[in-house]
Amino acid sequence: MATLNAKIPEGPLSEKWSKHKSGLRLVNPANKKKIDIIVIGTGLAGASASSALGEMGYNVKTFCYQDTPRRAHSVAAQGGINAAKNYKNDGDSVYRLFYDMIKGGDFRAREANVYRAAEVSNNVIDHYVALGVPFARDYGGYLDNRSFGGVQVSRTFYAKGQTGQQCLLGTYSSLLRQVNKGRVTMYPRRDLLDIVVINGKARGIIARNLVTGEIERHSAHAVVLATGGYGTIYYLSTLAVNSNGSAAWAAFKRGAFFGNPSFIQIHPTSIPVLNEFQSKLTLMSESLRNDGRVWVPKAQGDKRAPKDIPEEERDYYLERRYPAFGNLVPRDVASRAAKERCDAGYGVGASGLSVYLDFKDAIKKQGKKAIENKYGNLFEMYEKISGENPYETPMKIYPAGHYTMGGLWVDYNLMTTVPGLFAIGESNFSDHGANRLGASSLMQCTGDGYFILPYTISDYLADDIRTGAIPTNSHEFEAAEQEVKDKIARILAVKGKQTPMTFHKKLGKIMWNYAGMVRNEEGLKKALVLLEELKEEFWKDIMIAGTANELNQELEKGLRVADFIELSKLICMDALNRKESCGAHFREESQTENGEARRQDDLYAYVSAWEYKDNAEPVLHKEELKFEYVELKERSYK
Amino acid sequence: MNIKLKIWRQKNSQAKGKFEKYTLDNVSPEMAFLEMMDFLNQKLIEEGKEPVAFEHDCREGICGCCSLYINGQPHGPRERTTTCELRMRFFKDGETITIEPFRSRVFPVIKDLIVDRSAFDKILIAGGFISADTGSAPEANSIPVCKHHSDKAFDMAACIGCGACVAACKNSSAMLFVAAKVTQFTLLPQGRVEAVERVKNMIAKMDELGFGSCSNTYACEAECPKGITVAAIAKLNREFLHAKIVAE
Repeated sequence: MATLNAKIPEGPLSEKWSKHKSGLRLVNPANKKKIDIIVIGTGLAGASASSALGEMGYNVKTFCYQDTPRRAHSVAAQGGINAAKNYKNDGDSVYRLFYDMIKGGDFRAREANVYRAAEVSNNVIDHYVALGVPFARDYGGYLDNRSFGGVQVSRTFYAKGQTGQQCLLGTYSSLLRQVNKGRVTMYPRRDLLDIVVINGKARGIIARNLVTGEIERHSAHAVVLATGGYGTIYYLSTLAVNSNGSAAWAAFKRGAFFGNPSFIQIHPTSIPVLNEFQSKLTLMSESLRNDGRVWVPKAQGDKRAPKDIPEEERDYYLERRYPAFGNLVPRDVASRAAKERCDAGYGVGASGLSVYLDFKDAIKKQGKKAIENKYGNLFEMYEKISGENPYETPMKIYPAGHYTMGGLWVDYNLMTTVPGLFAIGESNFSDHGANRLGASSLMQCTGDGYFILPYTISDYLADDIRTGAIPTNSHEFEAAEQEVKDKIARILAVKGKQTPMTFHKKLGKIMWNYAGMVRNEEGLKKALVLLEELKEEFWKDIMIAGTANELNQELEKGLRVADFIELSKLICMDALNRKESCGAHFREESQTENGEARRQDDLYAYVSAWEYKDNAEPVLHKEELKFEYVELKERSYK
Repeated sequence: MNIKLKIWRQKNSQAKGKFEKYTLDNVSPEMAFLEMMDFLNQKLIEEGKEPVAFEHDCREGICGCCSLYINGQPHGPRERTTTCELRMRFFKDGETITIEPFRSRVFPVIKDLIVDRSAFDKILIAGGFISADTGSAPEANSIPVCKHHSDKAFDMAACIGCGACVAACKNSSAMLFVAAKVTQFTLLPQGRVEAVERVKNMIAKMDELGFGSCSNTYACEAECPKGITVAAIAKLNREFLHAKIVAE
């Protein structure tokens, strides 16, 4: 049985990574050519890892489900990317960035990992600038910064509201350069359906060619998952509609522990649901809270147009409740505060499920031009969707499922509990604790890919220089391929009446109602029953149009939804187990008198790591979190 | 709303395609265009028919997956809008909407409305990058970049690689796509170093793949959902000429 050893290096916090790095084994250039690495996913984490590994001389095989690596959902990140450059001379430092992340994550992340993420953040910015990423600059030609939620310094680098796009195109260009050099082979339009484990080590994957339907075997000496998060369990979320948790779920079933699955961030500022056919929710960047003020009417059910509600009848509830951070409180706090107001009957819009985000004062003070320069594309996006002009009337916003802090459990080397299987970026659980601060996701994904994984994976691969190419005709490949084919045959054979979308919507409803922003024991227990029923119904009544041997989007969706239902069960089990509130995980039973999250450090200062068992309930392992450098405190933004 | 649809159906790249007609009742004006397509597919599946394959992912106008020729225009009738950002309120009740895949010999149809745009990747593989190995970058602020140039580089880098420019062009020219990338890097000191090689390699690859020439009709600019202007093409021509002179 796998054991939980986080492998955190000894020594002072600020020296752990550099000391560890110096001690890691290397693979010499001649031997790197003999080693294959598979990378799944081409977002910031996957593309940066692929290019860095290619530059080092490994043979890299990179997979994505889209037609080209440039479409990965990192492209949609809007607001920015953090680094501890202290360009604003406002007292920022690596330690402060580390502290903000630990506190923002409500003291449920590993100190050593978070410190390292902060430490490499400056390299990340340097590298992006070298790759030609056009971050915003000041008139002197130097890089500009803005502020984000949960912090009191300006450390966020940005490219209008398209920072993710610009960073992704930067990593994508470095990836393509390695394709040019023959170091990386791209396999687009492939879905990972299983991971092949041979003698306890990850040695390859089974993928489906999404154009021909062919089931393919690919082997390597190590496999890296950079497959993002699973926020689409809610059906409606800010994620791309094809984002999914199937790769992580396949890894889980092959022995990789799942860390903190219930830690899911609900982003406070998304455009609210407009109709029953809605397929996704569009995010409005957190950066808008730099200048926008959040409010609802002071009177319940006030149906007047926002411009007719005088200043004294508006409740700027974030400024009222959290004077120190005001509109820039962390995401989990802002989301719950919006839900609280709407549940109490103060919400606005037709459904009463939204609050205002108002730029009136900022436009008055800074002028329309200045606001347009900062947020032009976001305002345009909002106008296209809602038909309302945010320069003239406040935006209506509501929380939406967004980011998963939970993910595959990894040690300090970013390796899962399956040797040779690594997880980077959002797909691992490691750096954001129970809540992620804005603009730290791009930072972590890129740091993992360019500056951390290439060192740690080499240490692992140092044992493989004499192994030779891994054949794909072994019994293990054979068996994994057969399992995948059987599953596809099984889902096609049901020929029921309900489409994958119908099941996905049903799943989303269960998860949003019982495992969303607010959770309690009764609801979670109910959700577990409902999920079991849904799973049963799915395998009796799923209808997949078309066949296996062709481009079949219904089959892709069906396989993903089947995994989502199982993953959702694990999420609820984890949420049920953790009876405290922390960060985005809010248990009604554990709150302060003012309705803030109440952590229970004596009982729950651990990472929950779940182990899959065949035909039995998953088993919980605990990684105790030791805080040597920060003092555990009640997180206050007042 | 009630709408009529005329949609290109094609089983696979070898099959011969044809238009099929569908009618759809109870379409809400609030729906996104692609949600209308979801709605159609749901209906088709329930009737035991094969759903229409179309490409989409982020559904917020940034990934570049969605394509579609809608009523004769790439990404439909609205300026600076991708297909996934279209809402049904932009169409009329009772309207017939014609939906085709992007038309270009360089983007062959894979199935129904899905085309193969991998030629774009191939152009960028030939030179659409700055050769900076991980670990070699200097401190980010060590090279100041004129804000004006940096902002312009951003405008060029806003390209989402959707291929509307090629689909709109009667010659299937990829000049706007190539120009946007070349201009972005040319405007930055980091990208100047290998500007000569880059432009030559990208243009050579573009020609090799069978993209047509530019004949200055500006259809690409008119249809670009991200507002990339043909000024980029002028810049590209200048860079290319310069590269040829320097090289010879």
